[in-house]
Amino acid sequence: MKVPQCVLALLLVVLTACGGSSNLQSSPVKVSAYIQNKGSDTLVNLALAWAERYQAEVPAVSLSVTGGGSGTGIAALVNGTVDIANASRAMTDDEIKQAEANGITPVKFVVSRDAIAVVVNPENPVRKLTLQQISDIYSGRINNWSELGGEDRPIVRLSRETNSGTHVYFLQTVIRLGDSSNKTLFSTDTLLLPSSEGIINEVRQNPNAIGYDGLGYIPPDLMDSVIAVSRDAGGPYVIPSIATVNDNTYPVARDLYMYTAGQPAGAIKDYINWILSPEAQAIVADLGFVPIK
Amino acid sequence: MHRSLNWRETILTAVIKTCGYSAIVFVILIFFFLLREGLPALAEVKLSDLLTTRWYPIENHFGILPLLTGSLIVTLGAMLIAIPFGIGTAVFLSEIAPRWMREILKPLVELLGGLPSVVLGFLGILLLSPFLRVFLDLPTGLTALAGALLLGAIAVPTTVSIAEDALDAVPKSYREGALALGATKWQTIWRVTLPAARSGVLTALMLGIGRTIGETMAVMMVTGNAPVMAVKITSIFSPVRTMTATIAAEMGEVANGSTHYHVLFFIGLVLFVISLAVNIAASSVVFKSKKRAERVLS
Repeated sequence: MKVPQCVLALLLVVLTACGGSSNLQSSPVKVSAYIQNKGSDTLVNLALAWAERYQAEVPAVSLSVTGGGSGTGIAALVNGTVDIANASRAMTDDEIKQAEANGITPVKFVVSRDAIAVVVNPENPVRKLTLQQISDIYSGRINNWSELGGEDRPIVRLSRETNSGTHVYFLQTVIRLGDSSNKTLFSTDTLLLPSSEGIINEVRQNPNAIGYDGLGYIPPDLMDSVIAVSRDAGGPYVIPSIATVNDNTYPVARDLYMYTAGQPAGAIKDYINWILSPEAQAIVADLGFVPIK
Repeated sequence: MHRSLNWRETILTAVIKTCGYSAIVFVILIFFFLLREGLPALAEVKLSDLLTTRWYPIENHFGILPLLTGSLIVTLGAMLIAIPFGIGTAVFLSEIAPRWMREILKPLVELLGGLPSVVLGFLGILLLSPFLRVFLDLPTGLTALAGALLLGAIAVPTTVSIAEDALDAVPKSYREGALALGATKWQTIWRVTLPAARSGVLTALMLGIGRTIGETMAVMMVTGNAPVMAVKITSIFSPVRTMTATIAAEMGEVANGSTHYHVLFFIGLVLFVISLAVNIAASSVVFKSKKRAERVLS
């Protein structure tokens, strides 16, 4: 049974491929532009969703989307092998200089935003923390919820694995408070869980736990125990949401970027403009990211 | 007729020989691959840095001691569960349970061995670790103990099945002789049947332990993966990170040929050497016990 199915599948692939190419030959104007899009793994699902929708609407444009990480995408842009680079961080001065040496002026577009929510078990009365307190929790300087006005319970720290971009962003922005000379690390007893689901599951059932994850990954039943974060002790405590990310009051939010080589023109310009349009930004919200307006 | 039989013999012998030798060839090839990918780690990271207590590869902290102790404590815990349970169940099935009960229980135990470890991991995350947290009043249930319990459950069916076969193969005359000399049932089991089946029982334990050292998925799901040094007795109640879970979690994202990549292979090499040592130790005991059995028989 298995072999004929394989053959059938192969045949289908060949047939569709033939169909595609014959279409191409009969109407060569149909595919007029080919855009290569590469970079950030955080953005890759979003970029794919955009590309699929855009290709359905504008068949004349063909898009190829690959991940590989922000650094990979930026390097490709600097070397002139890609039209649009996706990045979850801004280009460094060095990278911009390298690009200019190659005759390329990178142009930055903020295409989406992403909030990292800190979440505790609903039984835990703590709902407000400063960035400094979260840093102290994760670096191991605060070990009991009573030090933060909660019950006398040990703190169980949950994190994503080190290969997660969110882990690195959290380390730099929260634990090191954005200070690049700060060499603080995660406390060694931080539980490194292999998936977002693992973190959510442990936070849900363990009143000692604290975890963090992209706002889109927080399920409705834990939304009430998302921590309100403030930049400093006196400042306002803000709960992450689309509104608080957009007015810059929630401190643990980052921009997600697309870089083009020089001011975009033609099909690339149309595509970027479409991404910034309300229609494409609706897809952003569907995937759990924060739209830019 | 005679000639064709000879031909068949030659071909069959050649096929069987190839099968036998290929196992050796594959092990050697894998070992050389591990050496080739793992040894550069020693050139890139100083041995004194590898033997530190901080594992944080994205900032070049490559201390593998927490991973080593994590693996050891989980395996040790699993052995403490699997050895008494495994041998006890095997003795019960072979020596004490009536025949009909054995016919029902043994297939059931073997069925348990067929459970995929991921399924056990799910049970561990959803039932075992919340239960352990509440029952033992721990900060979190994702601990070495949860991993050891799951691994014990994975090792027991293998151990029971093989140990029971070995006990069953002990000639009836041994037991009859012991009972005739006035030994109680317990004395017969402890002094005669078990020692006579010793090499089979040891093989069973070895295979069980072999499964626990290499097991990855269930352990990764329930041990919490925190790279802390597990050197105290109480470490069994805290999260640990095992070598297998580290390789599984980090290999997918690591840049090919980077220091981190080589260190992960080096950890694989360490695992390989450990299981090799366990095998050699166990088989040397098995050989020794055979000599004694021969002495008894002569």
